[in-house]
Amino acid sequence: MIRFEEVTKVYRGTARPALNGVSLEILSGEFVFLVGASGSGKSTFLRLVLKEEKPTSGSIHVLGQDLGAISSRKVPYFRRNLGVVFQDFRLLPNKTVFANVAFTLQVIGKSKGFIHEAVPDALRTVGLEGKEGRFPHELSGGEQQRVAIARALVNKPAIMLADEPTGNLDPATSAGIMTLLERINANGTTVIMATHDAGIVDRLQRRVIEVIGGRIVRDERGGGYQTQANPILSQNFGMPGSGAPAGATTVGSSTAGEPR
Amino acid sequence: MRLGLVLSEVGQGLRRNLSMVVSVVLVTFISLTFVGAAMLLQMQITEMKSYWFDRAQVAVYLCTEFATIGGCEQQAATPEQIAQVEAQLESATLAPFIDTYYFETQEEAYANFQDQFAGTAAAELVSPEFLPPAFWVDLVDVDQSQILVDALGGLAGVESIEDERAYLDGVFDMLNASSITAVGIAALMLVAAVLLIATTIRLSAFSRRRELGIMRLVGASNRFIQTPFILEGVVAALIGSALAGVAIIAIVEFFVQGYLTEALPLTSLVGLDEALLVAPVLLVAGALLAAVSANVAITRYLRV
Ligand SMILES: Nc1ncnc2c1ncn2[C@@H]1O[C@H](COP(=O)(O)OP(=O)(O)OP(=O)(O)O)[C@@H](O)[C@H]1O
Ligand SMILES: [Mg+2]
Repeated sequence: MIRFEEVTKVYRGTARPALNGVSLEILSGEFVFLVGASGSGKSTFLRLVLKEEKPTSGSIHVLGQDLGAISSRKVPYFRRNLGVVFQDFRLLPNKTVFANVAFTLQVIGKSKGFIHEAVPDALRTVGLEGKEGRFPHELSGGEQQRVAIARALVNKPAIMLADEPTGNLDPATSAGIMTLLERINANGTTVIMATHDAGIVDRLQRRVIEVIGGRIVRDERGGGYQTQANPILSQNFGMPGSGAPAGATTVGSSTAGEPR
Repeated sequence: MRLGLVLSEVGQGLRRNLSMVVSVVLVTFISLTFVGAAMLLQMQITEMKSYWFDRAQVAVYLCTEFATIGGCEQQAATPEQIAQVEAQLESATLAPFIDTYYFETQEEAYANFQDQFAGTAAAELVSPEFLPPAFWVDLVDVDQSQILVDALGGLAGVESIEDERAYLDGVFDMLNASSITAVGIAALMLVAAVLLIATTIRLSAFSRRRELGIMRLVGASNRFIQTPFILEGVVAALIGSALAGVAIIAIVEFFVQGYLTEALPLTSLVGLDEALLVAPVLLVAGALLAAVSANVAITRYLRV
């Protein structure tokens, strides 16, 4: 579903790579947490999957397509297979809940009939029926994030990318959002979520990919937020930007062969 | 792509950037008016050239019964006098300087006159006997008309010798200079128009960056994203070029036809036909200009 091969991303004007020789594979239907300190490269990873950024080296395959081979004219069509959610919701303030979700379908040219079936459906999934006519400022943060999830969901994407979707929410509201993401995952959508929320990661016991300084230092199924198994690793990679030793690649690739 | 949605985006964009849109309208209006004026001047030159340059360069006007100057004493040139002038033209002294020549009778002169000034007051006032018969002479070297003046000036039956091209060259020089000036001003204004359109489109895109970000995220096609901005520029420019077209038609109708025809009764001037030819060209030029510059602006904005 998603395969990274020795992917390195160096942003223009920076010396230190945001991602450094990352290889991994995420299978269809998986629920993956991306964890790591600020600046470790989680958002960069998600942007690469979306083809918002090009890798400096290495290759990325998503949904069987080589992202390096997709022309910029075809990128929009590729993105229709992905849903994205952000920490800051990114709703259009002058549009109602319904219009915000419908906007996604309008701009990719879906018919009115389709929109009037799909939007209420998506709003029901996220538990917002009855609030179609509200504006974003008339909603709580949790409700706004549900609108954003409905928007990401409405086109039935194969992959859902969430960049700290609970970052602005209190624990109880976060739990509600996580229940929703789990349900979406249970319906077959691959979910990749970058997060700093240790409680959520520990509770869900899903696959955890830990990134430090642009390298994968842990790829563990049913893992928690903190590395406990290997305290030496935490020492070596604990400081983001300290420059990871060459051994890091071995750690990254040793997890790649792990049974799934 | 859904037309209604695109059009409503265009409408919103135009309203949101009203002051910028107004300046685009004004700048395209003024620049295209100058373009139109330059085109009209060129048409004026062509029209005069096509009339005069089919004709010979030097006219040897012969006497009519109303002529009092030159070798005329209110007596029309007799056939003998005419034959004598022709003999001079054929003579060994003049022939080497002459390329071709022909004789134009009063009736032919009248017919030509009617053609050129059809519909004007001058055409109605003139009758054949006022128009002198003439030898029209094409010289080998345009600048040697003085030779004809020297050789034929004193002959009986010759009213006057006029070098039409010397007179016309001055007029053409002036018209050409004005048209070059108009083109120069138009070019400068067009540069301003292009830059202004590009800035307006970028501003419009900036004020819609939230929508644009979401559109890109959810996979709206590039064409879908760009079309409203391009149309926004095109609509503003079309309003400006429509105004320019109206201005050109008004100039021709009220200034050229209303004032100049009376001031210069013997010159054939551009009319409504030409103005109606120029106006659509301005519309197309304005739309193209805006489409191209808006396209470049939005593509570059979205790439960054
Ligand atoms: N557009 C950019 N241009 C230059 N450098 C960038 C850009 N985006 C990110 N970076 C750098 O790349 C590194 C990784 O950033 P990234 O946003 O992927 O981190 P992150 O793990 O998502 O952090 P956070 O948890 O704070 O969101 C950081 O050092 C950051 O400064
Ligand atoms: Mg981030």
